[in-house]
Amino acid sequence: MKRYAYFPGCSAETVSASYHLSTVETGAKLGIEFQEIEDWNCCGATPYTNVDELLANALCARNLAIAERTGLDVVAPCNACFKNLHHANEQLRADADLAEHLNYALEADDLHYAGTTKVHHLIHVFVRDVGFEAIKKKVTHPLKGLKVAAYYGCQLVRPDRGDGFDPAGPTYFEDLLRAIGAEAVPFPYRLRCCGASLMIGQRHAALAMVRDLLRGAAQAKADVVATACPLCQLNLEAYQKDVNREFGTTYEIPVLYFTQLMGLAMGISPKKLGIGTELVSAQPVLDCVARKPAAVAAAAAPTAKVG
Amino acid sequence: MYSTLSFADEISNEMYATGTRGLNCCIQCATCSAACPAVDFMDHTPRRLIGMINAGMREEVLNSNTYWMCASCYACSERCPKEIKPSELMYVLKRYSIWKNRYRSDMVGPEFSRRFVKTIMRNGKSYEPGYAPAFIFEGGVQGMLREMQFGMKMLAKGRIPLVPSRIKRLDNFRRMLSRIVPLEGIE
Repeated sequence: MKRYAYFPGCSAETVSASYHLSTVETGAKLGIEFQEIEDWNCCGATPYTNVDELLANALCARNLAIAERTGLDVVAPCNACFKNLHHANEQLRADADLAEHLNYALEADDLHYAGTTKVHHLIHVFVRDVGFEAIKKKVTHPLKGLKVAAYYGCQLVRPDRGDGFDPAGPTYFEDLLRAIGAEAVPFPYRLRCCGASLMIGQRHAALAMVRDLLRGAAQAKADVVATACPLCQLNLEAYQKDVNREFGTTYEIPVLYFTQLMGLAMGISPKKLGIGTELVSAQPVLDCVARKPAAVAAAAAPTAKVG
Repeated sequence: MYSTLSFADEISNEMYATGTRGLNCCIQCATCSAACPAVDFMDHTPRRLIGMINAGMREEVLNSNTYWMCASCYACSERCPKEIKPSELMYVLKRYSIWKNRYRSDMVGPEFSRRFVKTIMRNGKSYEPGYAPAFIFEGGVQGMLREMQFGMKMLAKGRIPLVPSRIKRLDNFRRMLSRIVPLEGIE
């Protein structure tokens, strides 16, 4: 059993509880234990860096220091948490003055960070540490005939972290979907931003950015968009009706976490994966999974409407 | 004679402080503008904004919505042939404008950012309904009703909690942050 220091992130307790559930469930199937970082705090998201960079790094430093005591690598399921924790870690390791300053602050919570922790994104753990072969072995219900748009988002791939994952032309998300039997459709917007927190301050701009993504998924005839980030999921799925209202479109494309699709392929029940809490029903995906492989080819009509 | 820093120097110095290159090496190629997914909604493109900074147009730059439109997706930074990081520039301008209290009055970003920071200071974790007052009136009465409808739907699906979640060692956490910034005025 491989173990990681798991950083759920604030949204795991709220808007993306289903991501958290499906992560733990699929992890268990693959022999991974996600040990939650004790008393973790918010990563700072983007607003902290908008106000003060040192403060933003301090938030991340506390999580890294707590994780360091376990000797385990940190894994974050959210693109933004991953970006912040990774970025702070790089800065702390490169800048002794910064480390000294933040360690002075960390003393207030009896902590010290020596800089030995590594930070990974959840999907990188699945594709690199677990590997496609091990995943394939656990697939009992291959997602045959399911057309999936692999949506990486932005901060998962950028900035380039020099960790071997190509920031310009990655393929591991599509490869992962193929490993669980699904069809990865060509999705030109796969690395484009979902608008993230602009949904709060700049609603129209964010909705337009989401509309472009949904249009791309619909044109690719995707049955479902797979995401690796709670913010991407929230914007593409929960705000889909707002997009339709704003632009007169009729999109109805389910958006699920890649861990939910993996879980379905491994025979885990939809309920255990948190499926059913969406504002855009994931039923077309469940129907596709429930069908016998022979019936799938006959009824391969795309459920996504082109707007 | 003493001389003071120009606006362009100030901004480039902030860029150096974040470990990135300054703006003086920009060749105005507009790769950043072409890569930006939010460019349609900016009143000046990233390329133009950099040109304006280098030309010392402080007021016009701070009055622009460009840097508050940046969603921080790093598409520009990944592609800049001169290895400038325009996404870091946008962060620099956000911080600069908050420090100087000089930004367009219709920008929700500064108030949202402040509220977010306060929420984390208070709880150690994020709580979405806590930021609502910053933006709920953005869309007028109709917008507010829509926002409430959205909130109710998310609540019904169990995706918004009624009470904020807090970390356990909140006192230590706050003392930690107070070693970096004074908490007076933030709380």
